[in-house]
Formats: sequence, C-alpha cells, structure tokens
Amino acid sequence: MTVRVQREDFDTGKELDRMTAGQTQIGAVVTFTGLVRDFADAKDGVQRMTLEHYPGMTQRQLETIVAEARHRWPLDDCLVIHRYGELMPGDRIVLVITASAHRQAAFEAGAFLVDWLKTKAPFWKLEEDGGQRRWVEAKASDDEAASRWNR
Amino acid sequence: MRVLYFALLRERIGMAEEEISPPAEVRTVADLVIWLRGRSEQHDAALANPTMVRVAVNQDYAQPSDAVRPGDEIALFPPVTGG
Repeated sequence: MTVRVQREDFDTGKELDRMTAGQTQIGAVVTFTGLVRDFADAKDGVQRMTLEHYPGMTQRQLETIVAEARHRWPLDDCLVIHRYGELMPGDRIVLVITASAHRQAAFEAGAFLVDWLKTKAPFWKLEEDGGQRRWVEAKASDDEAASRWNR
Repeated sequence: MRVLYFALLRERIGMAEEEISPPAEVRTVADLVIWLRGRSEQHDAALANPTMVRVAVNQDYAQPSDAVRPGDEIALFPPVTGG
C-alpha cells in the first residue's frame, strides 16, 4: 500500500506494472487518473492551476483513507499519488490504483478512494486565467458522492 | 499553540501561521474560533461563516466541541477541493 504526495508527474503504466509484477494472485486492477480540466466557466479557459496542500496532514489523511478501503474490501494492493504545485490543463493530478483477486472489489474500492479523498484530503485548487485568480469552491455533489459510502 | 491558515483563509487573514496563547477559558475548537475572530478585522471576516471553515487539531479533523490544549497544532482552512 503506497501513498505519495509529490510535485512531480507520474507514469500510470509504470506504476501499474510495478504493482502487479510477480503478483499472480491479482486478477483485477482498476486505475483512475484525474486531469486538470480546461474549465468552461472561466472566460478564457484556465491557463494555470496551483494546488496547495497541508503537508503533514495530507499524507496522514490519505493513509487513513487507504486503510479504510483495505478494511472494507479484500485488496491485494493499492496506490494513491496526489500532486501539488503548479499544473497546466491536461496535466495529471491524481492517480488511484486498486488491485484485487476480483473486479468488484477493485472497482468499488477505487471509486471509494476517489470520492473520499476529494472531500477529506487537505488540498485546495487555485485557478488562474489571464489576470484573474480564484479559489475553486467545494461542490455539494462531491459531498453527496462521498456520503454514499457512509455506514 | 500554533495556528496554521490555508488557501483562501490564509489570504484573507494575511498570514500563514501564528503562535498564540489564548486564555484558559478557551477550551474547545468552537471557543478558539470565536477568540481568533477577535484578533483583527481580517480574522473576523475570514472566519465569520462557519460553513466555510474546517478545523484540524494535530492534523486530524476536529469537531467544534473537541478540546484544544497548549502545544497543539491547529489548522483552519476552507472545504477541501483536491482530487
């Protein structure tokens, strides 16, 4: 189980290969990659995004979320990489990989991890277009997506 | 007690962190937020809307009734927007 909070980009294929090499008990791997979108509501489109985070707490929260996923589903492995710093439209922001013997656990745990990290991991997005800068506001739809995993 | 501010709250308050020594009657997260609002007009404006303020004590999410103690690391920030 791996959690990495980093400025650098990541390679989804390499991470997947690393996770599954020699692990022939794994029958299903689900990957989720989040990208910086060129937001339609910005007048000229977003030119740059800066992701701020709370270093100590970020790692801790992500590890807590991963531990919860392992508790709920029979995972052979899982990986969360979340970037911070300056990013451009099209850049990768977040990678979640879940591996299990069967697909259902891998699918569900992957969706759970993404929903929970969006509402719990202390990151904040600042969008810039031209001279304008604005902090992205949290969405009620993200809270709803996360709440379906409550129990 | 060290207080950290992030994102929009940091910009509105005008600092990333401060060292504070609140009086003994400040026992909970809710007490602390009220006390912090008295520190400046910027603090008051930034912390006025409770739905826009999340609090962590020693890097774990905290509820308004949770205790705060000398030596704690308290963080105040807006609802998160990662992922």
